[in-house]
Amino acid sequence: MKSPPADPPSSDENPGVPGFRTWRGIYFFVFLCFVFAVALLALFSQWFA
Amino acid sequence: MNGLDWIVLLVTMVGIAAYGAWHTRHTDHLDTYLKGSKTTRWGTIGISVMATQASAITFLSIPGQGFESGIGFVQNYFGLPLALIVVSAVFLPIYRRLGVYTAYEFLGGRFDAKTRLLGAGLFLLQRGLAAGVTIYAPAIILATVLGWRLDLTILGTGLLVIVYTVTGGSEAVNLTQKWQMGIIFGGMMIAFLILLARLPAGLGFGGAAHIAGAMGKLQAVDFSFDPEKRYTLWTGLFGGLFLSLSYFGTDQSQVQRYIGGAALREGRLGLMFNALLKIPMQFSILLLGALLFVFYLFQPAPIFYNRVEWQHHAGGSNAAVFRALEEKHATLHAAEQEKIRAWLGTRDHGNVAAEPAARVAMLAAQGATDAVRKEAKAALIAADPLAKTKDSDYVFIGFILDQLPHGVIGLLIAVMIAAALGSKAGELNALGTTTTIDLWRHFRPLAAHDEARNVRVAKWFTAFWGVVAVAFALFAGFAENLIEAINIIGSIFYGVVLGIFLVAFFLKQVHGTAVFWAAVVAQTLIFALYLLRHRFPVLDISYLWYNLIGCAVCVALSLMLQFMLPDGPGQSPASV
Repeated sequence: MKSPPADPPSSDENPGVPGFRTWRGIYFFVFLCFVFAVALLALFSQWFA
Repeated sequence: MNGLDWIVLLVTMVGIAAYGAWHTRHTDHLDTYLKGSKTTRWGTIGISVMATQASAITFLSIPGQGFESGIGFVQNYFGLPLALIVVSAVFLPIYRRLGVYTAYEFLGGRFDAKTRLLGAGLFLLQRGLAAGVTIYAPAIILATVLGWRLDLTILGTGLLVIVYTVTGGSEAVNLTQKWQMGIIFGGMMIAFLILLARLPAGLGFGGAAHIAGAMGKLQAVDFSFDPEKRYTLWTGLFGGLFLSLSYFGTDQSQVQRYIGGAALREGRLGLMFNALLKIPMQFSILLLGALLFVFYLFQPAPIFYNRVEWQHHAGGSNAAVFRALEEKHATLHAAEQEKIRAWLGTRDHGNVAAEPAARVAMLAAQGATDAVRKEAKAALIAADPLAKTKDSDYVFIGFILDQLPHGVIGLLIAVMIAAALGSKAGELNALGTTTTIDLWRHFRPLAAHDEARNVRVAKWFTAFWGVVAVAFALFAGFAENLIEAINIIGSIFYGVVLGIFLVAFFLKQVHGTAVFWAAVVAQTLIFALYLLRHRFPVLDISYLWYNLIGCAVCVALSLMLQFMLPDGPGQSPASV
């Protein structure tokens, strides 16, 4: 007894998020935010050292 | 706590649990019971993923970690966003395409029954162990500071979570976690604002941050390659990546949170929600701890923050020693305040020439205060070798009880219990599901077609694991540093499990027998590394590396064994 299948192939489907046409775009955005967060933390450490 | 606090606490906790149980009392479809409602949207999934990971220890121990060691622990989460991208892009679409209930079901299809049982067994072992810690951790702290009975605290929280998790399964877990996270975010924000308001007049956030920074509490990123350092950019990126990849990609307590939902999109956005918010959230909680450190620099701070433990040993023949230590600490603490104010004065007046000397004097005063705190811990051990000397877990709860108004105290205690219930519910739900799907149905294959019986069995197994967790919490002793205890237990198992899944996803030529024995050898190696770390100092590495080592050994050995083993029955790969 398996749950109902299932989603269509998903690699580049539209994620339905304004401003993004592919999931790759969303992943890239999340990655950039991560890099930005680490850079901000490093600056934060320096500023208050 | 007064009557108002009790009303706030009981109304929020029992109310949410009762609402969850009542709202989902008619859940009788296996799919809904194990995966949650088919209409679940990404926000609910995202919050559920977050609530399952954020246990009460997150809100009790992490401020203490910030207080004691600074905010460097945030690096532990650096691998998390990257891991969630991989889970969202690779793991989740496969789980949904196969329509599995558990991650280990996928291993059965890709490899064979023994590899599926190994994966499920490792999960049940490590999550079963951690389940006891997650229920014990907040109970011991709350019972100590509030004077509650430990056994009743464990039983009360344990039974509450068992009732609604058994009743409504995944749907109840998702529903209650949403409300619990609302209480948690609201309560923590109020605590943060009150802390800022209670800082000395004129100091403000900037001044407090400069003091914390000067005392080494705001070193968020450490680029050092020293392997003995527990938290650096590199342990966070690599060890943290493997820990998070394993936790989110292969631990059923997380997989179960995001494989349901209306569509693939909902699970993916729920994961990205966590990828964006987790680092800022952990940073805020650690920063709260660092600011608590500054707050207590200007307050009559206790020499030892677990005051109950201190008082317990401060009487009798040790009274004179303990009182002398308290007086010495009070004197040094007052001297430290003077040095801090002197240093702030040089900064405020732009006295660049005097600032370095004032900073050195301030740090020396801080060192002297730290030294007397160490003396206090040594005195505790001298009085009782079994005394608990780690007091950082008690800093935030002490602040809540001493500094917050009634009503808000009840709310913050509710935050701790809500976090405990939320994470515990996710764990029980996953333990019950894995036992039903991967063990019970494996040995009772004909029963798979009886949906009502499957739901009944899943409920019984969920209740069983709840009772095991409560019993474990009641009768076991645990490591003092509770958050690390959970992470260490996870790291011992996660790397190998991740290795099995990476082979399954990316090395199509490797078959079941090769990966099974590779996993057995890799897990044995990790156990040996952990158990022999004190005997051979060279093996004493940060536990985060266990994730990478376990995974790498499992993958490499799988490839080697695949070349060495002859092809035979059960050696043909199943399609994914």
